[in-house]
Amino acid sequence: MQPNASLFGQALVFAILVLFTWKFIWPPLIAALEERAKRIADGLSAADKAKNDLELVEKRIAEELRKAKTQAAEIIAQAEKRAAQIVDEAKDEGRAAGEREKAAAQAEIEQQAHHAREELRQQVSLLAIAGAEKILRKEIDSSRHADLLASLKSEL
Amino acid sequence: MSAEQHAPSATEYIQHHLINLSSPQTTGGAYNFWTFHLDTFWVALILGFVFVALFGLVARRVSVDKPTKFQLFIELIVELVDNHVKEIFHGKSKLIAPLALTVFVWIVLMNAMDFLPVDLLPLLGQKVGLHYLRVVPTADINQGLAMSLSVIILSILLGIQAKGAGGFIKEFFTAPFHAEGMGMKIVLMPVNAAMQCIEYGSRGLSLALRLVGNMFAGELVFMLIALLPWWGQLIPGSAWAIFHILIVVLQAYIFMMLTIVYCSLAVEEH
Repeated sequence: MQPNASLFGQALVFAILVLFTWKFIWPPLIAALEERAKRIADGLSAADKAKNDLELVEKRIAEELRKAKTQAAEIIAQAEKRAAQIVDEAKDEGRAAGEREKAAAQAEIEQQAHHAREELRQQVSLLAIAGAEKILRKEIDSSRHADLLASLKSEL
Repeated sequence: MSAEQHAPSATEYIQHHLINLSSPQTTGGAYNFWTFHLDTFWVALILGFVFVALFGLVARRVSVDKPTKFQLFIELIVELVDNHVKEIFHGKSKLIAPLALTVFVWIVLMNAMDFLPVDLLPLLGQKVGLHYLRVVPTADINQGLAMSLSVIILSILLGIQAKGAGGFIKEFFTAPFHAEGMGMKIVLMPVNAAMQCIEYGSRGLSLALRLVGNMFAGELVFMLIALLPWWGQLIPGSAWAIFHILIVVLQAYIFMMLTIVYCSLAVEEH
């Protein structure tokens, strides 16, 4: 178990192996490991980012949906209001038209009633006069009492 | 080789297994520094090529989007090492992580040679004329020391790079014991220098011995189990192999962690 000149041989082999490993083996292996670690880290961060983005987008979608819903509700409310307004207007118009027609009819009725009354009055006065004439023919001279007759006719 | 004449005794068997294929071949006689362990060298080199080939292939065809299962397995190891380095080492050097990866995988592969049946490669070696063969490079003190000393020298260089030569030398003489007065500072200088030497020395030695001791002991236990009669080997052999899986990975892991720690200690201010 004594050391001898083999020391130098073994040290030489050792040195050559270390140098070879240092120059040719270690760098590509460690570069590959680091590259992979970097890729994994990048992938994880990208996934995180995508998740965040997704969340943002989902939030925006919810926001837009909410907006759209409120807008739709507003539009519906407006439409309902407008419809009610239209119905009211139509009702009002209808009522006004009815009233107008009613008034016109009433006016016509009144006019006709008036007319009829006037005619009736004329006929009654004519009849009265005729009656009176028949009565008075016997005792009253129509020419003498014309004034009286005319005033009577207008009063009737 | 004595095995051809008579069956080796237990001691002979183990002693034979503990002799490296070296140049010039020694058989455990007189100590000669200028021997070279061919088995340690070649097995370590081949396993180094296996490591470089596997990881290099994956590194060349690395795909970010469609990794193969094997790439994911390699990435698992790379990421483990990278995380530890990022946690412990706060210096600028880009060398520590590849160093730690090399240390970990290479040691795991070398330790795993223990899982081959203890006699398999030596027997095959005998067929091609290799009379001695130890197949676990990390059970050889040279392998452990070569790596630990390289790490310690590298940590010193990193310290010089981080603090400058002046800063490093200043720290060498003023830490771990700090003094206020000039006189005390001078008195503490040799103490500090001695402490620093002991610190670096013990780091290197403990780093190497921990690994080599564990693997040597593991190998020895496998040899002892191999000495049992054939019907008695299965259960202790399996049990020790399963337990050894833990040791193989754990020792490599400890070596890697301590490598990172020592390098980070070197660049940090005291």
